[in-house]
Amino acid sequence: MSGRHARALLTVVIVLALFGLAVIYSSGQTDAPSNASGKWIGQIVWLGIGVVAAALAYRTSFRILEWGAPWLYAITIFLLVLTVVGLGGAAGTATGTTSWLQIGGVRLGQPVEFAKVATILMLARWFAARREPPRTLTGLISPIMIAVVPMLIVLKQPDLGSAMVFAGILFAALFWAGVGVPLLVLLLSPVVSLLLAWNTVLWSAWMVVLFILLVIWRPFILEAIGVYVANSVAGVLLMVVWTKMEVYQKNRILSFLNPEEFRKGPAYQAIQSKVAIGSGGWFGTGYTEGPQKRSGFIPEHWTDFVFAVVGEELGFVGVMVALGLLLALLLVLVRIARRASDPFASLVVFGIVGLIFTHIFENVGMTVSLMPITGIPLPFFSYGGSFLVALAICLGIGLRAAGESRASGYVDF
Amino acid sequence: MSSFTSWEVGRRAGAATAVIVLVFTVLSAAFFRAQIVDHERFELESSNNRLRPLPLPAPRGDILDRNGLAIAENVPGYAIKLLTQHEDSLRVMVDRLAAFLPEMEIDTAVVMRRWKIAKHEPVLVFDSNDPRVVFKIEEHRTALPGVVVQQAPRRNYSLGAGVGHLVGYVQEVSRTDLDSNRYPGAVSGDLVGKLGIELEYDSLLRGRPGIRYVEVTSRGRAIREQTVSNAVRPIAGRALATTIDLPLQRFVDSMWRQDLPDMRGALVAMTPQGAILAYYSYPAYDPNVFIETYRENRDNPAIPLYNRVIQGRYPPASPFKLATAAMGLRRKLVTMNTRMRLGCNGGMQFGSRYFRCWKREGHGSLTLTGAIAASCDVYFYQLGLMLGEKAIFEDGVRFGMADRSGIDLRPETRPAYPRSLESYVNSRGASRWARGEILNLSIGQGENAQTLINMTAFYAALAGDGIKRAPFIVQGAQGKETHNLDLTGPELQGLRDAMLAVVQGGTAAASGGREFNVAGKTGTGQMTSQADIAWFLSFAPVENPKIVVGIVVEEGLHGSSIAKYAVRTIGRFLIGPDTMALRRADAILEDEPLLGQVGGVDTTPPIPLPPPATPRPDAPPTRPR
Repeated sequence: MSGRHARALLTVVIVLALFGLAVIYSSGQTDAPSNASGKWIGQIVWLGIGVVAAALAYRTSFRILEWGAPWLYAITIFLLVLTVVGLGGAAGTATGTTSWLQIGGVRLGQPVEFAKVATILMLARWFAARREPPRTLTGLISPIMIAVVPMLIVLKQPDLGSAMVFAGILFAALFWAGVGVPLLVLLLSPVVSLLLAWNTVLWSAWMVVLFILLVIWRPFILEAIGVYVANSVAGVLLMVVWTKMEVYQKNRILSFLNPEEFRKGPAYQAIQSKVAIGSGGWFGTGYTEGPQKRSGFIPEHWTDFVFAVVGEELGFVGVMVALGLLLALLLVLVRIARRASDPFASLVVFGIVGLIFTHIFENVGMTVSLMPITGIPLPFFSYGGSFLVALAICLGIGLRAAGESRASGYVDF
Repeated sequence: MSSFTSWEVGRRAGAATAVIVLVFTVLSAAFFRAQIVDHERFELESSNNRLRPLPLPAPRGDILDRNGLAIAENVPGYAIKLLTQHEDSLRVMVDRLAAFLPEMEIDTAVVMRRWKIAKHEPVLVFDSNDPRVVFKIEEHRTALPGVVVQQAPRRNYSLGAGVGHLVGYVQEVSRTDLDSNRYPGAVSGDLVGKLGIELEYDSLLRGRPGIRYVEVTSRGRAIREQTVSNAVRPIAGRALATTIDLPLQRFVDSMWRQDLPDMRGALVAMTPQGAILAYYSYPAYDPNVFIETYRENRDNPAIPLYNRVIQGRYPPASPFKLATAAMGLRRKLVTMNTRMRLGCNGGMQFGSRYFRCWKREGHGSLTLTGAIAASCDVYFYQLGLMLGEKAIFEDGVRFGMADRSGIDLRPETRPAYPRSLESYVNSRGASRWARGEILNLSIGQGENAQTLINMTAFYAALAGDGIKRAPFIVQGAQGKETHNLDLTGPELQGLRDAMLAVVQGGTAAASGGREFNVAGKTGTGQMTSQADIAWFLSFAPVENPKIVVGIVVEEGLHGSSIAKYAVRTIGRFLIGPDTMALRRADAILEDEPLLGQVGGVDTTPPIPLPPPATPRPDAPPTRPR
């Protein structure tokens, strides 16, 4: 029973790892000179390191993880702080950000990837320690802070993509811990207000809807006022935030809203990626043969936009296989989370689901212009050491959870 | 742990699964839309991204002579171009090419200038007809990214300047030409004809260029030739069969350069039906190197750019006496045997002026035949007075003296000839007209300037059936009828006999034309600022004319002394090269390398030049003597 989930997880992971390696190999096959050549060898090395990291994670008891979560959290936050106080370096799509930790010009890795894992553990520990999930917004302040602290630090880098991942992890944890839907909606409401502030009519309508929801759900009166004020401020704040944003961030948002206008600028990447994917058709141009990739039109085609290579060379069929494997991975992890032996393990595994899901949605969505361009890697496909090792640790934990899942008392599949 | 009961967790797992599946469905739908629904649009964009179209020049049609010999043909050539988007990388690549091929003189500054005109098209670095250069580039392909070798067939005119005015020249179509649609169907980069046959029959000779695609990187560097389907093959231009007799043209060219090297003039030969056999104007430009030599030709005082066959207007002088004679015959004022009241004693008093005959000692009393043979001015003065100005103007117009010959080549100058007394007065002023002017007109002087082509066409009518036809280079077996001289057969025969007498014992007796039964008429016209204009218009054999030859030489010579060149041309045509008299000329010719095959001459001009300056205005009008 439980062994079946472990076997399923292991199988999907191995297939994905090999698939990803093959795509990275293809990324290096270009006519225009690119940094991608030979990256597949690096990926093999990282996969090896990943296997070791996964094995270590697999051997680590959830009790040790629960005990060590605050320490890990503190250490990764500290490393994260280092990146914004002068030890950061730029990389990838997000040119101009300082997501790398580097000392003396030597890149040591991207602490944010490990901070994500530590945040998952910390949130799981906080919720697992309580019998009931908080029923008020005030009661949620602590777990929110756990996610918001690293989120604010990465926004300072600035790395919008990773900030969104922290938000994804937070909501996954809140949801899995059993926090009610009304609270989640109220929690999200300022963000909705912020997004709708572009249009006065829509924003006004939202404020009316919010008022009705507050009347129906009846939270504490102070919280209701707080939520309402927060929504008002978010709506008004939009312009302030806008003026504070970096030019490239503004351009990214604008170009996401209207790519054709930014054809030669920031939207160039989004358009070229979509052109490559669209030209793939049903079966693609053939493995390693993608002309857009070969001629260097796909930006960052071995990291952030690696999925465009899948789309161009393997076509819709190849994309469906890749998405199907990723979907299978997520669904297996959801089942493992459901059958985990204790709330902490369950929360950790579901946090991992939130992490991987956010990465997939953001990255794949970005390649077809569903999401704005944020430089976050696609699990198994993007070349990159820190993320691969962090992912391996997550999967090692997931595998242990699958192995430890309770053998009785629950409906079997 | 109430929130972690099996039922609670199962419910949340179900919700989470639903959300995840939903999001993946949305993602799949987005991919379906991009890859399946909009596939063709993106595939096109992908092609546009990386495939750069390059024109494939269409080979221009050959220009052939009447026996299929090539007057103009294409020889293989190559254009070495660079495909790049950035000024700096272009500079680097041009310098690298220059270092790589030191034998080619590559001027970086010139290339940069060309590139700035059309930045997104491959820029021409140099032309070459040497395949070794191409092999060398292909061998070192990888070291020379962005270099594109294009086929660029080049126009070769084997006779060079010998056919310059006949064929014209070709040049890359200019922006102005495209804007004005002067060459319908031409696209940027096409070679178009600029003068002569190349211009007149451009739409036939020019094919349609094809397109091939070169795959480029995102930085605009060429990677490889795209060999797949979407290349468009060029459509070659059609070969053009002309009426020209190339050996005869070559003979005329070598004869003129050998014997009249300092003489400006023209020679044209045609059949009595109007088919042009030889068309020669000297000096001429070499169409193989028109662009390269343009400046030099423009500044040459001999004006090689001036086409003396159809542009040059000269006082027709004595050859016009045949027109005067024809007027008298068709108006039944005279017959071939009519004698005038006054015999020639070297001149004639008219009013207050004394009009001389060219021969001081006089000709005595002559028949019309005798007057033509001796070219007696006094006879024609009296014939002119008998005709009166009205008849002279009317019949001149009837004979086509006021119209262009209508040859299918441009730009033909309209002859100057008064259509009536009013038009004479209008153009020259009332005070200029006096009855004495009739005397001038009757011997081809005065207000009369003719082109060689028009005079030759008139003589072709005399040689044939009395119908003047438009001379032609290409069309059917007979030119378009333009004017009927309205002469009977015996009258035409009488004139031909008189012209035979010119060659047999008259003013052209020394030409050697007796051998071929040549009939003709010499002439020496006067121009104000220059020395004499010498004419000889002839045809042979007189009993059944096969060829009509007209020659005009601008200065220094007398009609009787240039007659022999027309006669030699006739002999070359009628008998071929195997005559004692002609062997020498042909021997010279064979020893000579053909012009245009010497050296690597480029006919595809890299930079559009200003159009050639208009030739100098026609020769100044003549003044009666």
